[in-house]
Amino acid sequence: MAKNIINLVEKSLKKRHRKEARFRIFGVLSVALALTFLILLFGMIISKGYGAFLRTEIALEIDLSEASLLENSEISFKKIDKNNLPELLDQISYRGLIKQALREKFSDAKTLAEINSLYQTTSKIAALELKNSIANHPELIGTKNIFWISASSRFDIYFKHNQVTSLNEKQLNWANQLIENKELRTVANWKFFEFADSREPEIAGIGAGFVGSFLVMFIFLSCAFPVGVMCAFYLEEFAPKNRLTDIIEISINNLAAIPSIIYGLLGLTVYLQFFCMPRSSALVGGMTLFMLVLPVIIIATRNTIRAIPSSIRDAAMALGASKMQVVLHHLLPLSVPGIMTGTILAVSRALGETAPLLMIGMVAFIADIPQKFTDSTTVLPVQIYLWSDSPEVGFSEKTAAAILVLLAVLILFNLVAVILRKKFEKKW
Amino acid sequence: MYLLLFSVILVLLLAFALNRNIKNLRLESQKQEQGGKRLRFSSLPIHYIYCFILWSVIFSATILCSSFEAPIKYLLSTTFLIGNFFLIRLFYKKKFSAKNHIEGSLKLILSLTAGIGILITIIITASILFEALKFFEFVKLSDFLFGTTWNPQMAITEEQSVGSSAFGVVPVFLGTILITLIAMLIAVPLGIMGAIHLCLYAKPKVRDYIKPILEILAGVPTVVYGYFAVITVAPLFKNIFALINIDVASESALAAGFVMGIMIIPFVLSLTDDALNSVPQALKDGALALGSTKSEMIKKVVLPAAMPSVVGAVILAVSRAIGETMIVVMAAGLVAKLSFNPLESVTTATAQIVTLLVGDQEFNSPKTLAAFALALTLFIFTFIFNIVALVVIKKYKQKYG
Repeated sequence: MAKNIINLVEKSLKKRHRKEARFRIFGVLSVALALTFLILLFGMIISKGYGAFLRTEIALEIDLSEASLLENSEISFKKIDKNNLPELLDQISYRGLIKQALREKFSDAKTLAEINSLYQTTSKIAALELKNSIANHPELIGTKNIFWISASSRFDIYFKHNQVTSLNEKQLNWANQLIENKELRTVANWKFFEFADSREPEIAGIGAGFVGSFLVMFIFLSCAFPVGVMCAFYLEEFAPKNRLTDIIEISINNLAAIPSIIYGLLGLTVYLQFFCMPRSSALVGGMTLFMLVLPVIIIATRNTIRAIPSSIRDAAMALGASKMQVVLHHLLPLSVPGIMTGTILAVSRALGETAPLLMIGMVAFIADIPQKFTDSTTVLPVQIYLWSDSPEVGFSEKTAAAILVLLAVLILFNLVAVILRKKFEKKW
Repeated sequence: MYLLLFSVILVLLLAFALNRNIKNLRLESQKQEQGGKRLRFSSLPIHYIYCFILWSVIFSATILCSSFEAPIKYLLSTTFLIGNFFLIRLFYKKKFSAKNHIEGSLKLILSLTAGIGILITIIITASILFEALKFFEFVKLSDFLFGTTWNPQMAITEEQSVGSSAFGVVPVFLGTILITLIAMLIAVPLGIMGAIHLCLYAKPKVRDYIKPILEILAGVPTVVYGYFAVITVAPLFKNIFALINIDVASESALAAGFVMGIMIIPFVLSLTDDALNSVPQALKDGALALGSTKSEMIKKVVLPAAMPSVVGAVILAVSRAIGETMIVVMAAGLVAKLSFNPLESVTTATAQIVTLLVGDQEFNSPKTLAAFALALTLFIFTFIFNIVALVVIKKYKQKYG
């Protein structure tokens, strides 16, 4: 009998071990797959986006001799001297100077269409750049100098990624010619962080989105943090055990789990329609995200308070502290690290939120960096959404770069939270 | 603005003066009664200061918000604050317990903040319900729930709009269910198997590295996933299916659902991980001692023990997938089709809400109001799912140890 069983077990053992191995492989495979997705996601975004942190410049020899300056200025001056120099600098058509230089450089552009496509090689802000560099070095006037001028987005993409997108044959020729003569270079693109959105991909930046995100964060944090912490302390320490408390708890747990777009609808009806707050302003955005962040902060704070052992409460009470003194003198300081971690995580979630902000009209084209809480604002995720919709090739790169910036900020937040937790968390 | 600054400075100055004053009074009374029995005070001087500041803030806030002219405001706030100063001093002399007073008021403020949670819920329900009811004045409830064409059109006149456009929600929810199903097919097996591997097989060191990395996946904003779906996943599927001569829509449900699944993996994984961790070691050891292999132990002991929490996690994940917006707005289609084919383009409730409400809204056209009806349905569904998940976890969770 016993031998029989042993035989049976031995027979089935091989099969069972095979099953075990299979199960194990499934486990490894699923973790590996999840990691692969992560790597794929990050790899795609980095490979697409890094280019936006660089921009291409073209070397152009620009004739700043008296004759050409006078020719390209709007008001005619007799001659240039120190007295009328500032006035002259304002009156020069820098675009004209660049056009002239381009025509001289590529003299094979003959027809009007060709000349037009020649002009499209430089960026729209090239004139502004030229003006600034001349204003900084007035001694250059009267000479012929090489200036590095921002290339247009199409050229930029061709040079950086070797992608022939919407360049025509002539432009392609010129680009190759420039590359051969080493008259193209890439430099760090700080403008990407300074400028607001624009119709031209080469001068569109995340400045407005960055500032907007900050303003919105300021609003929702300054509302949600005190309210959330106070609410959590009330529910944990003071609330009587009754129906009302149960209802509050259920509603808060439910608020943490309902789709974020519902908050957007709330913002639309209550803030925009009922209170008539300014559309797509940081104020409305912040107040909408406030409701989204509040339950998260409450739940995180409550978990922290619950983890504090009751011996601390008992000891303080035994020494004659009132309930409020127990909270203010002991529980609050002890739970600060936990509250901080929870808040940072809640903030990083809210900063990536897009859908509720679309509802309150944050899809407008914002070409200026917002100054006030009531100005029309955009935030980083919304900017990403807007750019990702744009058919222009240059914006695809910008989208990925903006995502990179957003991810960097969020990962930084998470890192801070992890470090805080590691450093200050007490195991009771 | 200047008034605010003025009041703050005045309050600080008066508080400082009050502090000095009370301390002096205390010293004096101590001197007088030296030799006699010990003096008893109900509160520290600082409690009186807190009282003073609390009431000053309340006064000033009311004055600031009132609609008096500026000079009267200044006059009022000055008189009130100085009056407050003497009032508190009087209270001190009458041995009024400032500590109890300030603690009581603080508790009141705390309880008021707790009411905000309920308030938000009520406002959400009320505002959505209100707009949705307006919608049902235009469209019958049965038409909305069982209609099979969804075609909300921009109308020139109101009558025309009701006539030419249709508000049948079935295709929209069919699309939602399809995409959610695809997402669950990806997320549930991968999440649960991943959690089992990390919790029960992987070495602690490996787990310590991999878990935070996967948490990054959970922290990525949904708009990034949407972009990922549009740029990488959708063309990938199109190319793969082109190899076997099947035409896939560029905004297929498959791509959106797949990416949504990736998004939800870490969510399922971490919840399952918690559930598996809470199964007591004694149960696992017992199963192993009876001669089961590790996988048998997991399948027959650990998973059944953790099942309620796992089911709760899956339900929460479903509710999240239904409410997910940005991925479907970017990667799924906008035209509602009555189809359950994952290779076609379908639309979801959240995507429809966004398309209906972005841009200019007229709050009396059924087109805009339809979004609120959709949102109400969405809200009710996710609410039910969340409650069910919480109940399942709470009720069926066995207490070990």
